[in-house]
Amino acid sequence: MGMTITEKILAAHAEMDNVRPGDFLQAQVDMALANDITAPLAIQVFDEIGREQLFDREKVALVPDHFVPNKDIPSAEQAKLMREFARKYDVKNYFEVGEMGIEHVILPEKGLVIPGDLVIGADSHTCTYGALGAFASGVGSTDLGVIMATGKIWLKVPPTIKVWFESELLPWVGGKDLILYLLGELGVEGANYRSIEFTGPVIQKLSMDSRFTMANMAVEGGAKNGIFEADEITKAYVTERSSRQPQYWKSDPDADYEREITIDVGQIQPQVAFPHSPDNVRPVSEATDIRPDQVFIGSCTNGRMEDLQQAAEVLKGRAVARGLRLIVIPGSPDIYKKAIREGIIETFLEAGATIGPPSCGPCLGGHLGILAEGEKCVSTSNRNFIGRMGHPESEVYLVNPVVAAASAVLGRIGLPDEM
Amino acid sequence: MNIEGKVWKFGDNIDTDVIIPARFLNVSDKGELVKNCFTDLRPDFSKGVSQGDIIVGGNNFGCGSSREHAPLAIKESGIAAIVAKSFARIFYRNAFNIGLPILECREAVDPVKENDQIYLDLSTGEIVNRGSGERFSAKPIPDFMMQIIQAGGLVEYVRTQSINSSKSEVS
Repeated sequence: MGMTITEKILAAHAEMDNVRPGDFLQAQVDMALANDITAPLAIQVFDEIGREQLFDREKVALVPDHFVPNKDIPSAEQAKLMREFARKYDVKNYFEVGEMGIEHVILPEKGLVIPGDLVIGADSHTCTYGALGAFASGVGSTDLGVIMATGKIWLKVPPTIKVWFESELLPWVGGKDLILYLLGELGVEGANYRSIEFTGPVIQKLSMDSRFTMANMAVEGGAKNGIFEADEITKAYVTERSSRQPQYWKSDPDADYEREITIDVGQIQPQVAFPHSPDNVRPVSEATDIRPDQVFIGSCTNGRMEDLQQAAEVLKGRAVARGLRLIVIPGSPDIYKKAIREGIIETFLEAGATIGPPSCGPCLGGHLGILAEGEKCVSTSNRNFIGRMGHPESEVYLVNPVVAAASAVLGRIGLPDEM
Repeated sequence: MNIEGKVWKFGDNIDTDVIIPARFLNVSDKGELVKNCFTDLRPDFSKGVSQGDIIVGGNNFGCGSSREHAPLAIKESGIAAIVAKSFARIFYRNAFNIGLPILECREAVDPVKENDQIYLDLSTGEIVNRGSGERFSAKPIPDFMMQIIQAGGLVEYVRTQSINSSKSEVS
């Protein structure tokens, strides 16, 4: 019996020839990641274990992106703890304000994750790097603290769900809609403990940024990881960013899949996930009476260059609806600079948007756009749980960047055609 | 290892944002986490919970973010164990890693009501509803996970492992 990409990467990192779903193994980690919320607890664990050094100072990344630039004294204390730890142990990939962006945007951008890697992060959206043909999965702080000390993690090999996307995309449909639609099919628990392999002719044509968006939300179906086979598009992305040698794995033709799903994308309209669950999706045409108080474009799901370009195209020469707040947050300083050079930031400002510093921003209800009681936000982020972006009585609607931009102009959820 | 306690009943898809909202994650202080545990969903929880109580939940308990503050807030609130139809993957790992026992049992959940007294035998997976006398069998905890529990959590497990490996190097 052959193996899937995920099985091959896990086997290679456990120095095994063959692994099957359900096997437990100890894997060597290529990159371990934590942020300003999860690092403080992981640092406690590292200290308890009592090692004098990190397992490898070049294979740890610490990114203060959640509440930084700090929103209050307690979050400043947490960031300080992380900063001092990074200094003490000489963490190579610590990103200070100014070079800091969203962890899952900057790690690929800086070439710190390449195809074939095994990446573990104390952040559930670590699965984003599956877009590069890497195995990437989120864990908690204790696991991460142990990895910082030992470089190893225990993992159970997950069964894989193969999702085949075919046919042609409709206008205004992107990676975000494909993953939202799939979540609607799978449900928020449909891929629990499993790997999702994204494949098919539609995927082969998809840009890296769209792939990141899809892999990013694999966890919203409960998945351990989401993964794409690395191809020419991946190679072009990675070659200009890293000098390390990538491992390009392919699933064997006789690999064993727990389930295979085929999706005809020609049936998929832009999607809207209604409160309070990412799998509560409807086509945009059924959401046109929703009138947001705020629109947020950004996050580790949709804060990349392509996302900003698409939103700016919609907003060019138009104005945000009166009384509505549009918040745009570029995912990294490099994206921010490129957006300035391309005139995109000016387009946003002219339309009446405000620009936040590269960070997670309001996505998780930390700061920079918290919702009041009864308010609605149309957002390009990944979760719309109760109270996710603020007051427990507020509502979040998840959409792609084009729908977000059009909704900001229309004052209600809609498409650019309706403006 | 046996646990007996009063039940706090929850529904499906209890996510980590309702267990401990991110606005309270600017600290890692356990007392603060306890104060805000389930605050949006069940504001009565933090004041009403007693040492040794048990949470019984539906499908996909602990879905959402990787924040270990979620199982930690629950554990530090005094909750001795969680029984659910199923757990989200990261929450499951985190709970074991910090030494919060959890049992997966589809059948036990619906018949159990808020404030019922239930008994859990972690080694056999037996669940008994003291009021009704009903008995259920939870999915056995994998051997590997039992080793982590027996060690007292992942940190202790790793410590023992490294002591063992350094011993074998010496011998």
